[in-house]
Amino acid sequence: MNRLRALFLAPVWVIIGSLLFVPLAIVFLYSLLTRGTYGGLAPPWTFENYQRLADPLYLSIAAQSFLLAGVATLLCLLIGYPLALFISRSGRWKNLYLLLVITPFWISFLVRTYAWMFLLRDTGLINTVLEAAGLIQEPLPLLYNPAAVVLGLVYDYLPFMVLPVYSALERLDPTLLEAAADLGAAPRASTLRVLLPLSWPGIRAGIILVFIPCLGAYLTPDLLGGGKAMMIGNLVQNQFTTARDWPFGAAVSLALMIPVALLLVLLLRRKGEELL
Amino acid sequence: MDAVLELRNVSKHYSSHRVVDGVSMEAPRGAFCSLLGPSGCGKTTTLRIIAGFEEPTSGEVLLNGNSLLGLKPYHRNVSTVFQNYALFPHLTVRQNIEFGLRYQPERCRNGSNRQSAREVIEMMQLGGKETRKPAELSGGEKQRVALARSLVLQPDVLLLDEPLSALDPRLRKQLRAELKSLQRSAGITFLFITHDQEEALSLSDRISVMHAGRIEQTGTPEEIYLKPATRFVASFVGHVNWIDGIGIRPEATRMGRKTPATGVRTVPATAVNCVFLGNCVQVEARLLSGASVVVELPFGHERPTPGETTHIWWRPEDELRFRE
Repeated sequence: MNRLRALFLAPVWVIIGSLLFVPLAIVFLYSLLTRGTYGGLAPPWTFENYQRLADPLYLSIAAQSFLLAGVATLLCLLIGYPLALFISRSGRWKNLYLLLVITPFWISFLVRTYAWMFLLRDTGLINTVLEAAGLIQEPLPLLYNPAAVVLGLVYDYLPFMVLPVYSALERLDPTLLEAAADLGAAPRASTLRVLLPLSWPGIRAGIILVFIPCLGAYLTPDLLGGGKAMMIGNLVQNQFTTARDWPFGAAVSLALMIPVALLLVLLLRRKGEELL
Repeated sequence: MDAVLELRNVSKHYSSHRVVDGVSMEAPRGAFCSLLGPSGCGKTTTLRIIAGFEEPTSGEVLLNGNSLLGLKPYHRNVSTVFQNYALFPHLTVRQNIEFGLRYQPERCRNGSNRQSAREVIEMMQLGGKETRKPAELSGGEKQRVALARSLVLQPDVLLLDEPLSALDPRLRKQLRAELKSLQRSAGITFLFITHDQEEALSLSDRISVMHAGRIEQTGTPEEIYLKPATRFVASFVGHVNWIDGIGIRPEATRMGRKTPATGVRTVPATAVNCVFLGNCVQVEARLLSGASVVVELPFGHERPTPGETTHIWWRPEDELRFRE
């Protein structure tokens, strides 16, 4: 039986090993080397790349990343939870609404992000219309700022909040809310005491699924932030491309894994609870 | 009669379907009242209207003489024991029981919520289980927690939606007795919804039989069983033999070779099967028309031989008489 089990699990281990652990090991080795004169890798082995992380410049980029990812996650929750609740109570329209939630995925991520640029830029749709209507004299600075990045992140990751929360709400027995009302709890009390605690597994999964990719995002801050809202992902990308400092880029990307792992431990520490 | 709860001509229509159709009933204070009917007869909707989860299309619901219409469930001094108990799975037994007191502190008997909860926990024999979660309880314990959670609020009426149907049959009988003695000792008016006529007969002071959205008859268990007002009530509560359109209970029907000379009506019938049930012999017989009849013969009565054609008879005064 155990042998059979091992046999069935073998492909999984091969995939995880070759596509996760081996690359991680390579990245780790890179992070311990030194940048070559013209890029690439060179000896000697050193921890210097990790020491450089303490530079206030990089710390501020990290802080900015956490802030933007945190705000984006919070907004996803504030928009996504009521939306999921609405969908879960929509009877026969449920499937249509769920389909609409995931419709943006039918279009390439890059195309969607460019679409936002066309909407937000100085000569974009929003500014053109507002100017034509005589509401503004000069274009509003809608693009290339942290708010535009957060907007892009929320737009990109909202479905990852809606779907797990919806799934948790679907599993919630509606008579529990009736019981709460029956025992004297007004809607506000029954939301705080029954609805939110019982949908927490979905909220938690949504936070994980939104916050972690937001933290590592680089395309959205690059295109919508225009370099004015640099995130850790952009720093890593820069090191591997423009700066040609692979060892430092490797160190940054590995360092990013630590807060992510901490977050996962924090949210999943209670035993016996499943992620989704 | 002091009616704590009164329904006046209550109806609930969904588009063209009349789920509840002109229901009027009263629950006397401190009584064990049952709403008995087959599934889909509208009894659960009636309960939900009283609890405030549904608004009636028309009619009036009065609690202590005051209209409940327009009041939210959390403003009504009635409490519900749900069919699946609807215990909060993330809260302990104690937290479940204290849940309502937190939002209705005025219902607290003696100062502290903790004290009120403790008394109810004791009364419901849930001592030692206070810190358990519902998932760690047996079916009977869950039911007691659901009852405790409502009783601690001392509602004017406790609404019970088939609370025994989720339990296995053996436990059901035991809890039935507990429920009855609990109602007596707590002195709270119960409105018990059930499709089980045996449950309703054994528990209730007063039964309303419901069929197709209407109440067919209200009365004591004896009245319902012995003087059913309609054919539906007669056949839903207990068994009825229908002989040429006349209804007779099996225990009022006799069978054998020696028919009494006078004062009875007789019909020829063939015994099909005899079963000894301890307190009686139950005979399945067939009339010439092919209709099946059940006869319950008292101990000591002549026992028919299967296959033999004799007579069944009954006294005219035992015939059931209906309103229609």
